[in-house]
Amino acid sequence: MSFPWAKEYTPTNPVMRFFDEKLPLPRLVYNAVGAGYPVPRNLSYFWNFGVLAGFFLVLQIVTGVVLAMHYAANAQVAFATTEHIMRDVNWGWMMRYAHANGASFFFIVVYLHIFRGFFYSSYKAPREMIWLLGVVIFLLMMATAFMGYVLPWGQMSFWGAKVITGLFGAIPLVGEPIQVWLLGGFAPDNAALNRFFSLHFLLPFVIAGVVILHIWALHIPGSSNPTGVEVKQESDTLPFHPYYTAKDGFGLGVALILYFALVFFLPNTLGHPDNYIEANPLSTPAHIVPEWYFWPFYAILRAFTVDFLFIPAKLMGVIAMFGSILIWFFLPWLDKSPVRSGHYRPMFRKFFWFGLIPAMAVLFYCGGAPAEEPFVMLSQIATAYYFLHFLVIIPIVSQIEKPEPLPYSITEAVLGSDDKAVLGKNAKTAA
Amino acid sequence: MADTAATATSETAVVTDDGIRRRDFLDIAAVSAAGIGGLAVVYPLISQMAPSKDVLAASSTEVDVSAIEPGQAIKAVFRKQPLFVRRLTGAEIQAANAVDTSSLRDPQTLEERTKEGHEDMLVTMGVCTHLGCVPLGAAEGEVKGEYGGYFCPCHGSHYDTAGRIRKGPAPANLEVPEYEFTSDTVIQVG
Repeated sequence: MSFPWAKEYTPTNPVMRFFDEKLPLPRLVYNAVGAGYPVPRNLSYFWNFGVLAGFFLVLQIVTGVVLAMHYAANAQVAFATTEHIMRDVNWGWMMRYAHANGASFFFIVVYLHIFRGFFYSSYKAPREMIWLLGVVIFLLMMATAFMGYVLPWGQMSFWGAKVITGLFGAIPLVGEPIQVWLLGGFAPDNAALNRFFSLHFLLPFVIAGVVILHIWALHIPGSSNPTGVEVKQESDTLPFHPYYTAKDGFGLGVALILYFALVFFLPNTLGHPDNYIEANPLSTPAHIVPEWYFWPFYAILRAFTVDFLFIPAKLMGVIAMFGSILIWFFLPWLDKSPVRSGHYRPMFRKFFWFGLIPAMAVLFYCGGAPAEEPFVMLSQIATAYYFLHFLVIIPIVSQIEKPEPLPYSITEAVLGSDDKAVLGKNAKTAA
Repeated sequence: MADTAATATSETAVVTDDGIRRRDFLDIAAVSAAGIGGLAVVYPLISQMAPSKDVLAASSTEVDVSAIEPGQAIKAVFRKQPLFVRRLTGAEIQAANAVDTSSLRDPQTLEERTKEGHEDMLVTMGVCTHLGCVPLGAAEGEVKGEYGGYFCPCHGSHYDTAGRIRKGPAPANLEVPEYEFTSDTVIQVG
């Protein structure tokens, strides 16, 4: 869909007309990310991260396909082929560092994308489906990243695989058989490594498919914007190209500078030295933590240390960890406030900046810290707040809060008055 | 934010005397930089598929030829491909030298295909120049073809005692790899 004032694709040369008749792919692109897609004119740089996430997905697929050309998913040689990539393959070191740090950057931009969604309530009607698909993408990303980290078959790979599949062992009655089934053995070995490689290759393409659905769903209502006021008229929008291709291009440039600074100068900063030791089933590293992007959820997992009623602590931790993401699926219905943007919601805003963000920061820090006091207690407090925030605070705040007055339109928010800028002949007709 | 959007929509970019806007220059500069960056990325993506360092390191092989009697040949491996080393008999050398090179598809003398002082030592790749099969004739009892050298069973190419193509579809003589005698009895190939 698009707004009635969207420019129509009109191919001028005969080749493009031929294409448009037989396979209107250029038309699709034009309407999706070209001049045919009107976008709110007031998008801030927080709206760059969707495009950046798409970029890093492609980057991961390209570098990943390259790495798969040189890697062998066999427990005997996996570690050696990883070193072969680092030392023998032309540019192999760059491909591997680009892939490892690409995963980190993929998560950085996706986390910013999600927090943009939290603050501006991007999940609210009519954009619930975009949000739900986004949570699916995030879950797929976590699975993909976890399995990818197992492939180098270092110490962290091995023990990560053991601990994470151990989560399934917490399921009552069937837990242990499920864990054994997942691994194809009693501990991670060749069978597990092979299936993880197979799935690690497959899932990114599944993600790409869901991303297409995510963008499709986005193009039905169109992008949200920092005021949360829906587009009313042509003067509220700008064509995606050239305005947002340029803005996204600039954001991409900045992201790439930071990314390559890491790839070339600090390639192992976000990794663990222990993963340069080959997997050893008889010795667990002293300090075992997942990759940084799992820390908040890992902290929630470890926050449960005592049995709760008839539920064992181990199971509670697993339920809480998965639950901490699964509650995002219900967010569109937990937050009933008709106002979207946090800029116009004084109470919501306070709980966001002084509640959710500090809680996430604490969880993030504690997830990477050793499982000892005071980190366990801090994790417990932050976990409690986290669930309270989504399940209690947001529903209550959305009922009792008095939002600040909203601008009449995006044009008014940008120019101070709705009468100043009137673009094109169709202005003011679409309200 | 408001100012930026207003500027963008009203197209108030500075226009110089020759009609080129400041923005045109910025556009071209930005897109060119992105284009060059994109091309720079293509290079490692292509290069990574070329032989890796460990493959290249295995591209030099030493072969001890001392045990080969006249009329015998051995098969060695060079770059994961068969290498034939053959000590020719006097009769085979004569047969090779008796050929008028102008009548050959790939004119070369035996002398050109061997090292000085070692004219009886024929070192060739065991790879038919037609489509890459391994010709017969190196091992004891194998068919040597109509010209007493090598015979490729895949498509019937006959090579003579100097490894030159004489009959059949192969376009060129068996390749003589780069090699040298590091002593009287050892050659280093590659």
